[in-house]
Amino acid sequence: MSVVIETMAPVPTRPWRNSKATGMRNLLAIALALICGGAINQVTGLSGFLGLFVGTAFLFPVFIAVANAKRGANVVTDRIASAVIAVAFIAVTIPWLSIFITVFQKGSEAFHSSYLTDDMKITPSGDDLQYGGIAHAIIGTMLMVLVATVISVPFGIIAAVYIVEVKGRFAGLIRFLVQAMSGVPSIVAGLFVYSTVVVLFGGFSAWAGAVALSILMLPTVARTSEEVLKLVSVDLRTSSAALGATQARTVFTVVIPTVASGLITAAVLGVARVVGETAPLILTSSYFVAKSTNLNDPIASLPIYIFSSLGLGDQNATARAWGGALVLLGLVFFFFLLTRIFSSRIKRK
Amino acid sequence: MENNQIESQISETARPHITAKVEIPEQRSKLHTEDVQVDKMVKSESGLETRNVHAWFDKHHALADISLHFPKNTVTGLIGPSGCGKSTFLRLLNRMHEFIPRAAMAGEVLFAGNDIYDPGVNPIDIRRRIGMVFQKPNPFPAMNIGENVVAGLKLSRVKTSNKDALIEDCLTRAGLWKEVKDRLGSAGGSLSGGQQQRLCIARALALNPEVLLLDEPCSALDPGSTLRVEETIVQLSATMTIVIVTHNMQQAARVSDYCAFFLSDGGPGQLVEADLTTNIFSNPSDTRTADYVQGRFG
Repeated sequence: MSVVIETMAPVPTRPWRNSKATGMRNLLAIALALICGGAINQVTGLSGFLGLFVGTAFLFPVFIAVANAKRGANVVTDRIASAVIAVAFIAVTIPWLSIFITVFQKGSEAFHSSYLTDDMKITPSGDDLQYGGIAHAIIGTMLMVLVATVISVPFGIIAAVYIVEVKGRFAGLIRFLVQAMSGVPSIVAGLFVYSTVVVLFGGFSAWAGAVALSILMLPTVARTSEEVLKLVSVDLRTSSAALGATQARTVFTVVIPTVASGLITAAVLGVARVVGETAPLILTSSYFVAKSTNLNDPIASLPIYIFSSLGLGDQNATARAWGGALVLLGLVFFFFLLTRIFSSRIKRK
Repeated sequence: MENNQIESQISETARPHITAKVEIPEQRSKLHTEDVQVDKMVKSESGLETRNVHAWFDKHHALADISLHFPKNTVTGLIGPSGCGKSTFLRLLNRMHEFIPRAAMAGEVLFAGNDIYDPGVNPIDIRRRIGMVFQKPNPFPAMNIGENVVAGLKLSRVKTSNKDALIEDCLTRAGLWKEVKDRLGSAGGSLSGGQQQRLCIARALALNPEVLLLDEPCSALDPGSTLRVEETIVQLSATMTIVIVTHNMQQAARVSDYCAFFLSDGGPGQLVEADLTTNIFSNPSDTRTADYVQGRFG
């Protein structure tokens, strides 16, 4: 007689997860909070999505606490804390989403097939939206930001290397100056460049705009690079020195490649800091309606395109301003995406 | 078999000697006296030697009057409790001590007949010829395994005709080649701790140093990896002088030909005794050494 031993295949379970009943109770708490929030909304005259959110936000932690009341003080405290954090998260997401959605809705009105390739050379700002475009402003902003990056990223990284690696006699002073510089109002930077570059070289130019932007960009790049370089462990520097490397070789062969992606992030933060700056550009690069790549002449830029279009008060011009805002947001997003791809490629190597 | 070969190289003349000077000399600048010049005839024709070496960190006197001779192609273990100045001493041997702000030293470190602290000597050159491996394995994160091995060449701008052969040779000598030969392109950090440490040894070997300093190279490793590193050390000692700091008495007994026992009685660290390893462990002349190696303190 043979005995068949039946082996039960183990079933994967997750005992640390909420049971179905608890999950249902939590869902019920959310639903009740929403319904009561809606009721408060109706009774008090708060209105719209925000009104619903305010009502729900206060009730949700209470309801979720009641739903879990039987499970002990620790669980209740945990649920209340989680609920408050969730509410806070949504509260800070709303303005962000609101800006994004509004800019997208209103900005897309200005878009037409050749919006990104045309300029405003023969089109008045108040003209119909199917004419003209924003290419001149995109080119101008890209050019000035590029020149500003080329100026300030090397200087910023060198300053950080001096503070962190060389630890020279003036390291403390340089750090202090960089910190002070990051507090300079952008209009002051613009005025400074106006009184030097613009006055000396006889007029508004893309060069002047780029210099003004680089002044604002430098402290961001330097301070972020400094923090990034500090992350490199002393052991690596010591090992490199023990292999007979000079300090310069250590910095360029070991330290900087180790934090390359962090330094790229520093550069992007610098770009994001200045790409939307308006005040210094009014005083330096001014504005121009046609596509131009001549750095010695005034040049268009996205912030000033927005600023000047909005100032007209015309309906179509206002729509163009929103379009410019959308392009500006898109541009920053594009930069971030680019560097994410770039730095992940470096890491994979 | 490796051990026998080394034993035969040890002669009585090559024994480390201890000078019995007590007075503390002034710091470095005034130190070159005539009697040192005379002594240069008898000094180590090979290997490494320290004479009356002191070390300070700011005002703190960390190491006092260490005179030791490391004969060529031998392994010397530096033993002693924590804080007795072993690592400080090791870092003095290839001019890594000066990286610490406000550090100072006195005495002479003779390498191939010359004081490495002479003003004309290039510290970069010294560190190239006297390699060092640290306590924690630290392959360069931005480089892969192969690049890590030849990092020293890149860092010191030395050109090599056949990089691949050098990588294979160094990894073989460090006892790592078989394990990594198929993945030289992956990151150094992807190796286990023991493999990383052997990679760091290979990295030091690529510059073909005459002396290799090891600062507790096995303290972060498991027993298996420790054994591999120890085998590597014994094999390497056929062609280079090795100085190893270790807290592990068994390790010192296993790998070293000579042992030097350091101790600090609250003041600066001092050399208590230096002798053949067999003598240190079986018949030490100082009772403190006997107490330490038998595990009665430290």
